[in-house]
Amino acid sequence: MSAMLEVRNVARAFGGVKALNGVNLAVEKGSITGLIGPNGSGKTTLFNVMTGYVSPDAGTVTFNGKDITAARPNAVFAMGIGRTFQMTRIFSRITVLENMLVATQRPESWLRGLTRSMSSPEELETAMEWLKFVGLDGKSHLEAGSLSYGQRKLLELAYVLVANPDVIMLDEPAGGVNLTLINEIGEKIQALNEQGKTFLVVEHNMEFVMKICHTVTVMHQGRDLCSGPPAEVRSNPAVLDAYLGGGDDDEDEEVPA
Amino acid sequence: MATTPRPLFARPVTWVWVVAALLTLTFPLYETNPAYQQIGVYTLIFTACATSWNMFSGYSGYVNLGAGVSYGTGAYTLAIIAKHLYPNNEQAGGELFWLILLSGLAAMIVAIPIGMIALRVRRHTFVVITIAIFFTFQLAAINFSFTGGTGGLFLPYIPWSASYFDIPFLYVAMAIVFFAITLSALVRRSRFGLQLLAIRDDEDRALGLGVQVAKVKLTGYVMSAFTIGMCGGLFAMLQGQIYPQFVFDPLFDISIALMCFFGGFGTLVGPIIGAVVLESGQQYLTVQYSNGSLYLILFGALFLFVILFMPQGIVVFVRQKAKQRNDRRIAAAAAVGGAQ
Repeated sequence: MSAMLEVRNVARAFGGVKALNGVNLAVEKGSITGLIGPNGSGKTTLFNVMTGYVSPDAGTVTFNGKDITAARPNAVFAMGIGRTFQMTRIFSRITVLENMLVATQRPESWLRGLTRSMSSPEELETAMEWLKFVGLDGKSHLEAGSLSYGQRKLLELAYVLVANPDVIMLDEPAGGVNLTLINEIGEKIQALNEQGKTFLVVEHNMEFVMKICHTVTVMHQGRDLCSGPPAEVRSNPAVLDAYLGGGDDDEDEEVPA
Repeated sequence: MATTPRPLFARPVTWVWVVAALLTLTFPLYETNPAYQQIGVYTLIFTACATSWNMFSGYSGYVNLGAGVSYGTGAYTLAIIAKHLYPNNEQAGGELFWLILLSGLAAMIVAIPIGMIALRVRRHTFVVITIAIFFTFQLAAINFSFTGGTGGLFLPYIPWSASYFDIPFLYVAMAIVFFAITLSALVRRSRFGLQLLAIRDDEDRALGLGVQVAKVKLTGYVMSAFTIGMCGGLFAMLQGQIYPQFVFDPLFDISIALMCFFGGFGTLVGPIIGAVVLESGQQYLTVQYSNGSLYLILFGALFLFVILFMPQGIVVFVRQKAKQRNDRRIAAAAAVGGAQ
């Protein structure tokens, strides 16, 4: 049980729909863990449960051995778990730089915000460094709403990173992003991982997942189907059946003569 | 790419502030007609109210249509305390102005439970709840005995001559306006203000970035109630008597919201422009033509115009135009430079 972030038997139903039905997931410290599964298999709901946006009906989420199942999103973030959203969420009517500064207050109490200015020189410097890291430093004074979709993805990644979380949860970082940018995001994730950051990545782009992840967990109908190294998971017949809609043999059979 | 800021006194906007401040401070010197001086007091009261309303609602996006609760609470607090201090209708003087601080304090205290309830919901629901709470307070003021019911309350008489009467009010109102603008500007530059803006754009995302949204919202709401409560107290003193329907006035709620939308919702200067144009305009028309409804027609037309042509308010509209002009000039200069 050395996992840094662990989900055990989590269940959550929305009305009659069992979005999560006893899912287990373990994220080892220092790993890049992939979470894949067909649409509607419960990946984003699991993310929401883990980060406190949705409370589970059953099961537990632990982080460094501490139960965080009932923690609110701000508390989860303060403990060092940052996340991005599938539908990118940025603060569109403030500048790119101000977006970064919202996240830098992680270690502070709320009262401190009243008595201090928006940013300290060090915070500005760190924010600009991360913006440079994702290539947005030239746009720091633009209103964030003027960024393109791909740039918003990068901004969201940057402002999660600026708070220096231990675990970074990315919900489809490559979704709707062009190939060059996908590779770039992949490289950035690997570079950060080498510096000791732990990642949990939801992604539909198989090539991307296979390339960067150390372990992959497959979800199907609200449960974890299997987990293991990418190559192993890829050849698991149960996964092929659930995720890829059957192997080559099946497809041959389905083709009418 | 970041442009280095010009020194404070090299910026035209600094001089606009300086001139506006001087014109305001010397107002009783060039305007000696008490009727117009009183318009000045009302305009200042509304400037302070709109500015602090905007400091919460404009920054956070939580449109509060129950600001009259704070205004009325401030007015009644001052009237009730004054009644106890001068039980036999003794004459009072400038010392009454100190009670305005208690008005603000009372409005803050009342705002805490209201905020805790109303701020749990968002957008339209929040607006509706603030309106409902507002009318609860109006009804309470009409029905409780300590508020004097529909008969209202009289304040101690202040024996100042007509030509002097409004001048102390003008300067106290200016002090409140100064306080409101300074506070709003400080909030805009603080981490707290940034958190309010983040809440406006995406509250759930802000929560996920560690912003303690419930506490931040409540703090902003209560802070804005303080200034509005002080204005209510000043208004009560100026009137000399208060009635439930005039201090818990739904038109007040709507007016300050419209002033902010008119001038520029969520900007620092917008509410000031909105309040100065609309309140002084309204009072002037009422005094000049002794017609209390003329302004409604004119304002209706004005609002249609603003909503059609500058939906984000005057300030944002002017800024965008200036920026477009500036961008065109840079582009033109670049084109010339490139051709050479």
